[in-house]
Amino acid sequence: MDYRQEIREFIGNNLTMDHEDTPINDDDNYFELRFVNSLFAMRLVDFVERRFQIEIGNEDLDLSNFCTINRLQDLIERKLNAKGAAI
Amino acid sequence: MERGEDIKCIVWDLDHTIWDGVLLETGDVQLKAGIKEVIEKLDQRGILHSIASKNDAELAWAKLVELGIAEYFLYPEIHWDAKSVSVQRIQKNINIGMDALMFVDDQPFELEEVQSVHADIHVLQADQYETLLDDTRLMPRFITSDSARRRHMYQADSIRKQAEEQYEGPSEQFLASLGMKFVIYEAAEEDLQRAEELTVRTNQLNATGITYSYEELHQLMTSQDHLLLVCELEDKYGTYGKIGLALIHMQPDVWRLNMLLMSCRVMSRGAGSVLLTHIMREARKQGKQMLADFKDTGKNRMMNISYRFAGFQLRSTDEDGNVLFYHDLQQAVEFPDYIEVCVPERQHQ
Repeated sequence: MDYRQEIREFIGNNLTMDHEDTPINDDDNYFELRFVNSLFAMRLVDFVERRFQIEIGNEDLDLSNFCTINRLQDLIERKLNAKGAAI
Repeated sequence: MERGEDIKCIVWDLDHTIWDGVLLETGDVQLKAGIKEVIEKLDQRGILHSIASKNDAELAWAKLVELGIAEYFLYPEIHWDAKSVSVQRIQKNINIGMDALMFVDDQPFELEEVQSVHADIHVLQADQYETLLDDTRLMPRFITSDSARRRHMYQADSIRKQAEEQYEGPSEQFLASLGMKFVIYEAAEEDLQRAEELTVRTNQLNATGITYSYEELHQLMTSQDHLLLVCELEDKYGTYGKIGLALIHMQPDVWRLNMLLMSCRVMSRGAGSVLLTHIMREARKQGKQMLADFKDTGKNRMMNISYRFAGFQLRSTDEDGNVLFYHDLQQAVEFPDYIEVCVPERQHQ
């Protein structure tokens, strides 16, 4: 499944990008060179957990899993697969 | 520890309680003798006031304005619903425990109705109002500068909430519209009472869950190798008061952040990261690396995320769950542009 559009929407609803008209590319690091706001970080983790019914443990709580749309897509897929395998 | 019996807000009836007589019958009601003074004095101690009255809302409020006491009341409930419902709404709006409320009314029926629904609330018969100033439950251990302005902070908060609910657009843009100013400074003696209050209050986000007494904080404040920082936040609606605290152990090559603490009210403003960013910048300026202590308390996940997303790496964990994070501070960190950060000059001696 492709969740990129949903992730893109969530980010658009929460972050103000410098160039309003430039869309975020799937490999753009939206944390890079900008202040990492703990509120946005918390919301992002919360969004992923609720929307996909997965738990993000300490081992995955790393900026590298959350900093681009593609990385998030990978994380969600990996967690969903692991969950599917467990059932 | 926080004393459980402390009362933080008094909910008043009006007829035969705040004033003599019934407003809808006479119109020309007079305040009870000395009641204005009681309300004012409690307000200065940081005790909040509200109203639960079965009355005509417009007439009653106009009368309170005329009597010169309207400004003291937060979230008034003036209508014909049950008072237990009014009290519940007030409790929810102010966001404190039911056991931190006291309800004052002249009618035994109302006192019983409220008590039967809310077992934890304190109740007082209206003719006993003169005992309030000497009531130990209404004597906070410390009266700080934040106590006296507590009502204003709640009033500003209520306007802020409305503005946030009405705002459409990215949440970060809303933050930018607030015109926030963040002040960070080294704790002085007069800050310690509030600092202690912050560490013991249960509704704070504390990175380790460790609390400090006034005496301990005083010792750390005067210690040569510790830095105790306090921060305040204000925006266009008013001040939030002192809302955050950090304790840094300054070692030769490394700054160890023993405590990072932030009031929940301001975490939704991204305040935790601002204080952390400041500390990282200062440490980097002095060529230090950083360590930070963390312990999962079940309520401070946001601190965990703040550290990790700020680039802190796990250094060690022990069997008691004490976590140590590490950051080499190789890269510069910037403050967000939606918040003005103010650091008054005063170097640690």
